[in-house]
Amino acid sequence: MLLIHCPYCDEDLPELEFTYAGEAHIDRPADPASLDDEAWRNYLFIRSNVKGPHYERWRHNHGCARFFNAVRDTVSDRFLTTYRVGEPRPDLESLIGKEGRE
Amino acid sequence: MSKASKINPVRGPVQLEVMEPVARFSLRVGKQGRQQLGQALGLELPERIGMRSSQGGREALCLGPDEWVVLAPEAERETLFTAALEAYAEVPHSLAEISDREITLRLEGERATDLLTIACPRNLELMPPGSGRRTVMGGIQVVLWRDGQDAYRLDVWRSFFDYIHSLLETGNREFAAEAQLESQSA
Repeated sequence: MLLIHCPYCDEDLPELEFTYAGEAHIDRPADPASLDDEAWRNYLFIRSNVKGPHYERWRHNHGCARFFNAVRDTVSDRFLTTYRVGEPRPDLESLIGKEGRE
Repeated sequence: MSKASKINPVRGPVQLEVMEPVARFSLRVGKQGRQQLGQALGLELPERIGMRSSQGGREALCLGPDEWVVLAPEAERETLFTAALEAYAEVPHSLAEISDREITLRLEGERATDLLTIACPRNLELMPPGSGRRTVMGGIQVVLWRDGQDAYRLDVWRSFFDYIHSLLETGNREFAAEAQLESQSA
């Protein structure tokens, strides 16, 4: 079973306690009314569909119930890191470098 | 009382006991209000997830960064409510009564931890006695309290209670059968 590190509980916990919640770092437009249909559609539905390290949201819903962000490799299903909501996007190069040394 | 609680007790190595009802509350309060609200409710609200506190029959368990479950004897239900209401102006919070939502099952016995692992994916060795967690059990969200090395309490939502109870009773029977086989072959 996959163990996921929850940044709020600070523990490695079984994946059964977590749910996936889509791509991370997508900001809601400040003034939706001023957008045209295309831009609004892009905000709602268009995602990056990355092959490799992907910034995504997860929720520890059967634990502390918090949303947090993670970087997961969509090829190997390996979590490179997890971090709290509101923290800046971690630098990918340093993460992959760290991963390579392990 | 649920149906499963009327089933004859199993003679397995783990004692399963359906606990009497208690007053339960779901409490949400921000970081700044934690200590002050704890004082108003008459017990400390622990800061770390999984930590517990108890005072004069009341118990609190920290479930999330701003979430606690508070237990009290049924007779103190109103007192607790009033105390929270009086503190509300100074410490905004949310206190919702959930007494009837869950039924508590108590497990005790040398193999209690083994029994829980048939349905719980957590590593229970990382949950020391005196702590508690919200987790999953057989696909159902539960709150697990570890009272001692071999003693647990399990808060299960009412509609899932029969399922979890019978699951654990089945496991308990299997432990008993296993022990019988071993003694026969010895």
